[in-house]
Amino acid sequence: MIISRRRLAVVAAAALLLAGCGEPSAGGPGGSAPPNSFVLYSGRSEELIGPLVKQFTEETGIEVQARYGSTTEMAAQLMEEGTRSPAQVFLSQDAGALGAVADAGLLSTLPAEVTGKVDPRYTSTDGSWVGLTGRARVIVYDSQELRSNQVPDEVGPLIEPEWKGRVGIAPTNASFQAFVTALRLTEGEAAAEQWLTALKANAVQTYEGNGDILEAVNTGALDVGLVNHYYWFEAAAEQGAGRLRAQMKFGKPGSASALVNVTGAGILRGQEQNAAAQRFVAWLVGEQAQRYFVTETYEYSLIPGATGPEGAPALADLRGPDIDLSDLASLEQTVALLQKVGLV
Amino acid sequence: MSNPSVESPAAGRPGTRPPAWLVALAAPVTAICAIPLVYLAVRAFSGGPAALERWLFRSRTLELTGRTLLLTAVVVVGCLLLGTATAWAITRISLPASRLWPVLAALPLAVPSYVSAFAWLATWPAINGLAPLALIMILACTPYVTLPVAAALRMSDARIDDVARLLGAGRRRLFTTVTLPHIAPAAAVGGLLAALYTIADFGAPAMLRYQVLTYAIRASYLVSFDRQAAAALAVVLVLIAVVLTMAERQARRGVAGRQVAVRARRPGLRRVSRPQTALVAAGLSLVAAASVALPLVALLRRLWLGTGSDPDWGRLLASSASTLGLGVGAALVTAVLALPLAALVAHYPGRLAGALEGVAYLGHGLPGIVVGLSLVFFTLAVTPALYQTALALIFAYTVLFLPKSLGASRSALQAVSPGLAPVARTLGRSRPVAFVSVTARLAWPGIAAGALLVMVTAMKELPATLMLRPIGSNTLATELWDRTAVARYGAAAPYAVALVVVAALPAWLLSDRSGRAEP
Repeated sequence: MIISRRRLAVVAAAALLLAGCGEPSAGGPGGSAPPNSFVLYSGRSEELIGPLVKQFTEETGIEVQARYGSTTEMAAQLMEEGTRSPAQVFLSQDAGALGAVADAGLLSTLPAEVTGKVDPRYTSTDGSWVGLTGRARVIVYDSQELRSNQVPDEVGPLIEPEWKGRVGIAPTNASFQAFVTALRLTEGEAAAEQWLTALKANAVQTYEGNGDILEAVNTGALDVGLVNHYYWFEAAAEQGAGRLRAQMKFGKPGSASALVNVTGAGILRGQEQNAAAQRFVAWLVGEQAQRYFVTETYEYSLIPGATGPEGAPALADLRGPDIDLSDLASLEQTVALLQKVGLV
Repeated sequence: MSNPSVESPAAGRPGTRPPAWLVALAAPVTAICAIPLVYLAVRAFSGGPAALERWLFRSRTLELTGRTLLLTAVVVVGCLLLGTATAWAITRISLPASRLWPVLAALPLAVPSYVSAFAWLATWPAINGLAPLALIMILACTPYVTLPVAAALRMSDARIDDVARLLGAGRRRLFTTVTLPHIAPAAAVGGLLAALYTIADFGAPAMLRYQVLTYAIRASYLVSFDRQAAAALAVVLVLIAVVLTMAERQARRGVAGRQVAVRARRPGLRRVSRPQTALVAAGLSLVAAASVALPLVALLRRLWLGTGSDPDWGRLLASSASTLGLGVGAALVTAVLALPLAALVAHYPGRLAGALEGVAYLGHGLPGIVVGLSLVFFTLAVTPALYQTALALIFAYTVLFLPKSLGASRSALQAVSPGLAPVARTLGRSRPVAFVSVTARLAWPGIAAGALLVMVTAMKELPATLMLRPIGSNTLATELWDRTAVARYGAAAPYAVALVVVAALPAWLLSDRSGRAEP
């Protein structure tokens, strides 16, 4: 015991010493950001948003205190915090989360010159948030099992017997739900329900997220999957495009399969006067940030006339269905449908 | 839980009224653990029965509850068998490199189940469903059983075995009539911790695509940002936790809590034949390879395959340091807070102690997202100035992991003769002073083991850490998440390896106080 107690003491002392060095200096209690700085709640990871925030600080001198988390948890946290939230800006991975936070009365109205920069199809209808980037729905497939012309560019045929057990979806994922909403609105409620029921009967494989589906296709565990295009580009950037088994097929122009999901940002209610926060959101739809999104995260810029990521069809050519992705009432109907067919 | 064999002046007999000061210290501890439960009640029942109906009373909830129960049953049985066998092997059989095996047996604690799940999938992409998930969870949770059972085996009195043998008991009879009752309370606590971990886990079941209740809880946040629905589903988990806690108590009851005799003869190591020794060593190595080596190798392979740049050593060091610091902080605060409740349960068993202990365990079966949100709610309501500070995060770890410390401290305190503290009091010490200077001091190894268990678990915690960490600071778990969230598994690998290495520290210390024979 004597030896082990000494051992324990040494480790504990070293830990406390290390922790003393490692403790961050930033971060005070709620809402006390010093002037010329603001608090950002980012529902997208630091790997993607960190470099952008750094560019903003270098250019403007404004310090950004950023908290990173996953969009869903962060939206729930914002709603739990209510008016006591330390955050000034919420950056979200999907429109539904922004819609939920706005619906709870927690977002302020953005200036028209900010929201006006973006194609009105891809931003909020009431100015409570602004669309920042777009992600196209694609069908990824295992290129060692399938040739491009064997893969449909629409989801309709995936309920045929030849695809039994070979298709992967992420039914709890916001982007899949947005796609189902698009399906409901373009094909009608009955057709959407019929397709989902048939898909489930066809032994569809359910995954937690887009990344898991891509990983499964890329390792040969799954033949085709419904994801957003940018996950493929991310994987290509890390592993090399030539080494990927998974390849992409973009949706047929004009169909629900060509839906474009958006990410966006809003300013919290009561923080309208925060000049630093306002400047950040305006900067995000500016040229430099938009270029970053296109070249570094391989997403679509939503500014009319902007070029898309290299190797992807232009946004205008996709002609995705025009639906309000932050419309909670519509999202609720989608969820009810997914519950009814037993996918969530 | 009675101690009929002990002549004790006051404490130890059921029905003895506990001193007021102890109750006054213990009750707030239970209150702290009950914060998530209060939050759940507020959220689940605030909006009327509509959401409850929509999410709770449907066949899908029943189906997910069934799957949760099935998974839990398989994991608990697996952990009890593997954990007891491992504990027996490392404490009773003479093996070469005797100090290595206890460490290997504790090391799986350092590997988060979501990391193992990822590694297994990276190695065998096609696996999914109950069988591989249960295997991964069993490997991850077995140390919860191995550690307390090994400690109990090490503290057993060989003279009792001798008596049984004199009375003609064979080896098997000896095991079932003497050894098993002796280790049963320890095994039950370990099984309970494994079960609560299993019902609350989200990451590994999600990755292996076996849908359980935590899946539906997260789904209800995801699909409609409906905190009420999520709370309603979490209530089901609380009910399961109630049943599990009562089952554990049942397993403990009937088995007399035994004090460690001061002059007990510790059991010696049994020498077995060479092939048998090799077989035991191979089995222990196989388990360690599957639970620790495989995840590490799979991650390093991913790092090797990636085209990403070198890891950022500064970030790696900074997040390792804050992980370690938060872990030590959580361990100390939790162990101290758990002590009065553990003492109450150990020395004054009865209805009051039982109720306070039971409630303290219930929140342990809740997923991190629910506990995290409850603490967002609580901190902002009570001490908004501390919101998102290291202090509030450590408090969150205490709420999450106090039961881990409670079980170990309670067993250790039970093993100290309650007659000793009154002796100290005759020497003029006050009751609290006598408790700290005599009882707690003697129970120190168990209390420290509980603290280390809290430390190793807190280091791996993710959902509450994401919500409550000070802005701008990172732990190894959050850094790991940040990269896997965008499928940069290669870039995530160094953080995963660092997490396993840092968490191996408390795991190594834990093995030290459970497996090795006394010097």
